[in-house]
This record gives sequence, C-alpha cells and structure tokens, in this order.
Amino acid sequence: MSSVTGERISTGRIGDSISRPDGTPKVQGSYAFSSDLSAENCLWGATLRSPHPSARIMSIDISGAYRIAGVEAVITAADIPGSPTYGLISSDQPVFASDVVRYVGEPIAAVAADHPETCRRALAAIVVVYEVLEPLVDPERAIDGSHPDIHPDGNVIRRQRIVCGDPDIVGDVVVEDNYEIGMQDQAFLGLEAAMALPDDDGGGVSLYVATQWLHEDQKQIAACLGVPLSKVRLTLGGVGGAFGAREDISLQVHTCLLALRTGRPVRIHYSREESFLGHVHRHPVRIWMRHHATSDGRLVKVEARMVFDGGAYASTSSAVLINGVTHAQGPYRCENAVVDGYAVRTNNLPCGAMRGFGVVQACFAHEGQMDKLAAACGIDPVEIRLLNAMVTGDKLITGQIIENVAPVARCIRETAALPLPDEPVGGHDHDPMRLPGGAGRTADSSHIVRGIGFAVAIKNLMYSETFDDYSTARCRLSDGVVTLKFATSEVGQGFITIAGQIARSVLGFDNVVIDSIDTDIGSAGSTSASRQTWMSGGAVNAACIKVRDLLFAAVAVSHDVDPSSLTVDGGDIVDAAGVFRISALEAASGLSFDETVEYHHTPTEDLDENGQGNCHTAFAFVAHRAVVDVDPELGLVKVIQIATAQDVGRALNPLSVLGQIEGGIAQGLGLAVMEEIIMANGHVRNPSFTDYLLPTFLDMPSVIASLIEEPDPIAPLGAKGVGEPPTISSTPAIVAAIRDAIGKPLNRVPVRPTDIIGLSAFPSI
Amino acid sequence: MSVIVPNSLSDALAALADNPDALVLAGGTDAMVEVNSGHRKPSHVIAINRVSELRSWTYDPVAATVHIGSGVTYAELMESPVADLLPALAEASRTVGSPQIRHAGTLGGNLGTCSPAGDGLPVVSALDGIVHLASVAGERSLSVHEFMVGVKRTARQPGELITGVTLPVLTGWQGYSKVGVRNAMVIALASTCLATDLEGRNVRLALGSVGPTILRCAEAEAFAATAVSFEARSVSAHDARRFGELAAAASRPINDHRATAEYRRHAIGVLASRLLRRAFPNE
Ligand SMILES: Cc1cc2nc3c(=O)[nH]c(=O)nc-3n(C[C@H](O)[C@H](O)[C@H](O)COP(=O)(O)OP(=O)(O)OC[C@H]3O[C@@H](n4cnc5c(N)ncnc54)[C@H](O)[C@@H]3O)c2cc1C
Repeated sequence: MSSVTGERISTGRIGDSISRPDGTPKVQGSYAFSSDLSAENCLWGATLRSPHPSARIMSIDISGAYRIAGVEAVITAADIPGSPTYGLISSDQPVFASDVVRYVGEPIAAVAADHPETCRRALAAIVVVYEVLEPLVDPERAIDGSHPDIHPDGNVIRRQRIVCGDPDIVGDVVVEDNYEIGMQDQAFLGLEAAMALPDDDGGGVSLYVATQWLHEDQKQIAACLGVPLSKVRLTLGGVGGAFGAREDISLQVHTCLLALRTGRPVRIHYSREESFLGHVHRHPVRIWMRHHATSDGRLVKVEARMVFDGGAYASTSSAVLINGVTHAQGPYRCENAVVDGYAVRTNNLPCGAMRGFGVVQACFAHEGQMDKLAAACGIDPVEIRLLNAMVTGDKLITGQIIENVAPVARCIRETAALPLPDEPVGGHDHDPMRLPGGAGRTADSSHIVRGIGFAVAIKNLMYSETFDDYSTARCRLSDGVVTLKFATSEVGQGFITIAGQIARSVLGFDNVVIDSIDTDIGSAGSTSASRQTWMSGGAVNAACIKVRDLLFAAVAVSHDVDPSSLTVDGGDIVDAAGVFRISALEAASGLSFDETVEYHHTPTEDLDENGQGNCHTAFAFVAHRAVVDVDPELGLVKVIQIATAQDVGRALNPLSVLGQIEGGIAQGLGLAVMEEIIMANGHVRNPSFTDYLLPTFLDMPSVIASLIEEPDPIAPLGAKGVGEPPTISSTPAIVAAIRDAIGKPLNRVPVRPTDIIGLSAFPSI
Repeated sequence: MSVIVPNSLSDALAALADNPDALVLAGGTDAMVEVNSGHRKPSHVIAINRVSELRSWTYDPVAATVHIGSGVTYAELMESPVADLLPALAEASRTVGSPQIRHAGTLGGNLGTCSPAGDGLPVVSALDGIVHLASVAGERSLSVHEFMVGVKRTARQPGELITGVTLPVLTGWQGYSKVGVRNAMVIALASTCLATDLEGRNVRLALGSVGPTILRCAEAEAFAATAVSFEARSVSAHDARRFGELAAAASRPINDHRATAEYRRHAIGVLASRLLRRAFPNE
C-alpha cells in the first residue's frame, strides 16, 4: 500500500545514479505511510502499558472500560488464543503481561473503540493493581547473581567467550581502558502503525504494516493467534525508516487480535512517546579492553570484556552479543585474543537490533584503544591502523578466514588523502552558524579548538551462526514488461530502485513494474544486516537471469543462433560475434515467462565454547576521518567535516550509496554527541523529540566520500551491503577528534558537554 | 469545542469576554503541543492570528521605542529594519526552533507561555519592556518584571489579551546567547541577554533557564557599569571574568534530565563574560 509499489520506473541500469520513486512524494508530504491507511468502518486500537519497570500484577479490572460508549473490545493475556509469548530468537516476551511486568511500557491490555479519544478514556478506566518490585537495572547484578531472576529464562541471556592463539602472551606495549555506550534510539520518523482487516469468516486476518520482515512477523503473529500461516497475510505499508526497530513485533499481534475480536478493521498508531517504549533500542554496553602490541605498534593480543544490557526481553540480544565479541579486534590482524561477553536481562527497556548491531559498540572501544596504542608507541594514529590493517585471507580471532575483498588499507589511505576543510574555524564569512553552539551564538572563533580523529571498522554482512536468511524473487516477462515480485521490505534504503536497475541491466527492458510487497511470495529475509542488496538483489538477479536464458533459448530457436553466444547489450540482444542483433522488445513479442528463485548465501557455523567457528557470511570495511570544532569552556561541538572511504564492492547506484553514507553518518554523529535514551531506575526520562535530540541540518557536517569499488567475487552482483558501515566508525572518529581538540580522554558516548568541560554529568546531591 | 476566529481586536476582546478562560491561540506552537499531549482540553478557542492590530510593529523615533504587536512572529523580528533597532531580539528570534516554528511562533505567545526557557523573554527583561494587556474593560500596561510571575505563570487575568510589548531602542551593543546540546532547534539550558545603554551608561544582563522565571543580575550590572569604559568600549579580561562569576552567582538553576544545575550555572558565567567581551571588545 505504499505509494512506491506498482509504479513504473523506466530508466536506469546498474551503476546509474537514478533517484528513488519515493523521494519526491516523501519530501512533498504525499507519500502514504502506514499511518495513512484507513478502511471503512475502521476502529482505533490503543495499548495499556506498565508504568513500572518491575511489578507483580495483582489484578486487572477491565469492566470500567467496557462501560464507556464506543468501546468495542478490551483484551488482555486471557484473550490470546495461541502462544502467549513471541520473540525473534527465543519466544520469551508476552503479548500482554499477566503475572509480572518487566519494563516501563510493557503492554498489559489493548482496546478497540470508535475514536482515539474513546480509546484513551478506555485505557484510563482499566484498573491494574500492582505490587511494585525493586527493578534490576545494573547489568553487573544480572551477572553476579545478586538479584533474583526476573524471568524464567534467567538473567543472563547469553555468554560467549573467544579464546584464540596464546591467551597468556604479553606485548611490549599494553594499553587498557573502560568504554561505555549509551542507549540510542532508532528514532525513525514514521511511527509504528498498522491496520488489520479480518476475513469475512473470522478465520484469518490481513495486516498492513510498516515492518522490516513480513514473513517473520507472519510467523510470530500466526503462532500467537493460533492459526495456520496461510490465515495471516501481510502487506507492507509505507515505511518511514526502520534501522532495526521494526524487526521485532510491536503492535502487530495486538492489532490482529482486536480485528478478529471485533470483526472490524482496526488500526493502531503509536505516538512518539509510545514508540520510545514500544520498540527495542541499541544496547547500552560497558566494555573493558586491553590491547597488547610490539613496541613498533603491531597488535599482539586483544583482551575484552563486554556487557550488553538487553533489557527485559531477549529480542536479538544473543546475536548482537556475538557481533560485539567477534568484532572486538576491529579490522586489524591479531593472532591472540581473550574476549568474554555477556548479554543480560534487566528491567530496562528491551534492546535489540539497531544499524550496526553490536559492532557499533565494539568499534567505539577498539578504535579508542588504537588511538591509545598509537600514543603509547609514538606512532601516528593513521599509520598504526595501516600497519595492522587486515587483508583477504587473514584469520579472524574466531578462526574464520576472510574470503571477501578486504581493502582496509585502501579505505584508510583514501580517507586520509581526502582534502581537509579549507575553511578556518567559523568559516570564511564568520558565520556564527558554523561555530559550536550554532544558532545560539555562544562562541566566537577565538574560543574554539579544532581536532581531527580517525576510525576504521569491519562489519559482517547478512545473518550469522547457521541462519539461512535466504531471499525469494519472482520475475515475470510479458509483452515486454518485466514484473518483479518479492517480499523485501522497502524501509527507505532504496531496494525498489536497485531491483529495477538489476532487471533492466539483465534483461534489457526499460519497463519494470514492482509488484505489491506482501507474503504472497516466499520470504526475503529481513531488511537488516546490510543484506538486501546482496540477498534480495541476488534473488532478483537470479530470477531475471533465468527469464533471460529462457528468452535467449526462444530467440535461438526462432533466429537460428547459438543461445550460449547471446548477451544483452543495452536494449538489444546480440551474439558474441556481433553479427546478430535484435531489440529485446522485438525478441520478447508474444512471449511470456515466469520464474521464481530463492537465493541462499554460503552456510555458516555456530561458535564453539571458545568462540571458534565460521560464524559470519561476509564482511565490509570503512574508514572515517572527522574534523570537529570544540568549545572547551561550554562543552559544545560542531562537526565540520567527515571524510570517508567505504568498501562497497560495486556501487549499483552511487547516489543511493551516498544517501546511506550521509544518513549513516548522521546517525553515528547522533550517538557521538547527543542521542541517548536516559534511564533512571528503569524509568525513561526523555521519551520525546524535545529531549531525545537528533542531529539537525545545522549539526550535520559536509561529507566527502570515496567509494572503493573492488567487486566482491562472492557477492552475486559484486556489491556489498552499504547501510551499516557509515554508522559504525563515524562515531569513534568524531570522539577521537574531540579528544584531539581538548587533550582529554573521553570514553563514553554520547559525549556530554559536562564530559568535555570536566564537570560531573550527574547532580552532586 | 468552539473555535472563534475574530478579525479585529474588538471582536477578539468581546469573544474573550464571553469566555474569559478560552484558549487564546496565536501561532499555536506551544498551545497545540499542550492540546495534542492532552495536558490541555479547551472547550473554547479564540484564534487571534487574523487580528491585524496585533500583527505589526511600529517605531516611534521621538520616544525611541518600538511597539511590537503580540502577533508578530520570530521570522518577522529577524528582518530589517526591526532587527536593526532591536538586534538582541533578532538574535534571540533566530535561536527559536526551526524555520517552521519561527514563521508561526509569536512573541506574544512566548510571553503567554512564560517558560523560563522562552528565548524572547530575556531580551524583553534586559530591555525593561512594557507589556500591554487589554480586555473589554480597558487596557493596562505593566513592566515585564511584574508580568512574569513564575514558571509558566503571568499577571494576565482571565479575559485579558496580550496586545503587545514596548521596548526601548538603546544605543550600544546588545546580543543574546543560548546554550543547548544541539546547534539549532533546542530548548535553552542556559541563556543570557546583554544590552548596553550608552546614554544611560549601564549594562543590563538577563538570564534564562536558570530560575523560575527570567532573572536580572543587579550585582553583575552594577559591577559592569563601573568596570567597563563606555568610550573606549573596553573591559579588562579580569573584569570580564568577574562579571561572569557574578552572573553565575545570580543564577538559581535546578537539576533535571536536560542538564545539571552546576552546568547551567557554569554556562551562565561563560556566556555572560563572552557577551560582555562582545559588547566591549577592547582590553
Ligand atoms: C518544535 C518547537 C520548537 C520550539 N523551540 C523554541 C525555542 O527554541 N525557543 C522558545 O522560546 N520557544 C520555542 N518553542 C515554543 C514556542 O514556539 C514559543 O514559545 C512561541 O513563542 C509561542 O508562540 P505562539 O504564537 O505559537 O503561541 P501559542 O502556542 O499560540 O500560545 C502560547 C500561550 O500563550 C497564550 N497566548 C498567545 N498569544 C496570546 C495573546 N496575544 N494574549 C494572551 N495569551 C496569549 C496562549 O493561550 C498559550 O497559552 C518551540 C516550540 C516547538 C513546537
């Protein structure tokens, strides 16, 4: 139902910077987000949530809500026909809490009514009696066992060690420190929204929803509804950003339950505050790291301890943890390692997927360490990274060999070679907007110091640890029109555009139609882990090649040419000798083909108890250099420029890659200097955009990017995923630049003004 | 809910007389946030953005004052010539929200809300502005210092409309600074307005976000009047720092999730001494 589906995109082959069909409507405000959906006779739904981070539910009285005119249904845990819990990896999260609540915002009941205001009054009329419990908010207490289990599955979601090489080896130079990463929110602009339409016979439901993975939602919803998969059909609603927050179930089951209960269409929209409570966040993490090196700066051993606060439910915490520990070495060669990682359960907000998925946290720590090591060895920060840069064929601390192209040194060199900003502090025209403090005119140029920081990252692509996250695509050719169908969530990353480019290049036709994105076809896997260009791109490519080969075979018969000599050249089909040439349109006249293909990546393995195993599918690399102006007295910063060279394999659409780079940097900048969900004893202090600050245009630096194109032979189109890397090392690069400017250690993100000045971040009382 | 959209001041006042507790809606950038969040459930709304009497400003060169209608927007206050007459107000206006907010939000609404973080208010305070109120019963004018009573509390009575503010056009440098953790579109953690009156040979300093309402710094002002040279536009580095210390001492900040009291006080000191240096650039 998004306005991009069904539209014709009629120009652009692989490598062209064509713009996205959803771009203009989004800017003009005409794009249909899933919150714009409506149906005749539609009811509104709303969710009652826990005000306590930890409490026993003594009683729930819904009778008051039913007495309100216009209320059609009130449902609680007692009304769930199927599984009472759901979850991406383990089914540990209740659809509605019934005995205890484990975080602020946990759903307890839902209502359907004729108007949002009626819903609000109905929620207020539900009486829940709680016995408030002391929340578990310190992750260390989840590990040391000093707090009773807050869930039958225990307080430790997963522990994973990595022991590699000689665990006892000691380097000539040893540096260690503690790092802390705050809880970041995905903060997509399009809030959670869905509409469910019950089947006429009441046996099934159609759900229109903004999600990252239709089929995983379908599976979890069907289990909770207690119906077969075929009774739950999902269609992608217009998505306004995702970044990991739409991987887990939020309102899906509630909306379907209410629709089935009332026999009427039901829609639920979250408010911004509810959205902060209603989806998972980036894990806050505490990391200790000790790096050993030779006196000339070569890495000898990495030691680390990482504690990921998973919040109340498991979500993807165990996978995020694995990403964290397996990326502890960064993009550097290192033969020895001892890493210990925990993902724990607390009464804080549940955490799960967010762009960078565990690697953001690891990278902030290992890059801080590399700078410390550079200083301890007396080597330039760029040089020490070059010295240790990994290459294809290197063995990771998990024992896995890097088989991808690994242009780490090139990323570093090209980033370092990009021009520094030519403007002085404050700009050539002394525009106060260019100084830290921006519109607030807090500083003059004389108050400002400038710093430069560098950081490099490695990021796994696709899912890990034996997960077969395949993707399905169907290609139909009829009357010279190519119709592509897939269930790939277009969440703003631009897959629809890329899919059309692939089809046009492979088949030679201009007219490509994208069919509705729904569960009428097999799974595409999740739009996450930088995987859709590779996986769904691979599936679309393979389906188009199948159709092309059938077309070649038909052409071969009708024109008496060797099918194996045929290729597509622009809009024509030609033979190798260059003698035969026919336009693809003419060749396909009167023919139609219909092929569906599943694309699977190479299988991966689980990690053993020492963290050894080929657990990841593929890797990409990136480097960032940040130039930051800092007002040390007020603790304010302005990021002036980010330079980056990114290993993209092959840029299928350079404009789209640049969009990911700029957006990823904005998000990395947010984590570096302002974005944090502040929690106090399990309560959220800033669930609004008034107080959860996102970077604005005035905070965004100029970005200069160099795309490193070394097509990866392992990737179906030579193209690596590009979505996550920009977010990963931009954060440590910015923090390194602030450190460089003020000459102080800063081991926590977001960096707060008080951290820069050297004041306490907390009240002294 | 009734919504009345009067076209003249008299119609607006009459409507307000009928429903003295009606929600007066100017740009709506505060009011609608309150309504949407459910904090306020008005049964009557009087939308005043078509009341032309409130939507303009006038300069009186003889009295050396500017009268700003309560419906004048920040975007308008940022434009010449009013921006040249009241540079600190223009600077403060530029710090407000985003372009959308500055095109809708009004100075009257800032006064009506009377948040300690309202960016227009330190300027009105530093300039000792006069606030004009009107009702069907008549008009009254009072000093902004009397108008601002507490956190989001004013001397406005039910049935009264804020019609405008009168501000003096001073000779001498004036400016506004505001600290937030973002370079735009952010609520002030601490803010300062400094205005120099060369003829009156005084320096005024008003602080935002560090007290229940805007604070003036009598001690710092008195110190500055003696420490600076109005002719040479100079102040010593030591005295600029001292001025900042006195300003910080006058602040009464609280701890909240946005910032600690300690940071806010520190920031006031830095801003005040930097503003004094801008006003008196020579050592
Ligand atoms: C995204 C966003 C960003 C913001 N950023 C800032 C910022 O940076 N700095 C800042 O100071 N403020 C900011 N604000 C708050 C707001 O924009 C200002 O306070 C603005 O001045 C309010 O003016 P308004 O015309 O919109 O008032 P309204 O919202 O219409 O009214 C505000 C209050 O004043 C009353 N009122 C308005 N006019 C009159 C009148 N003539 N007589 C009597 N009562 C009246 C109303 O009844 C209401 O109680 C922001 C708001 C938003 C939504």
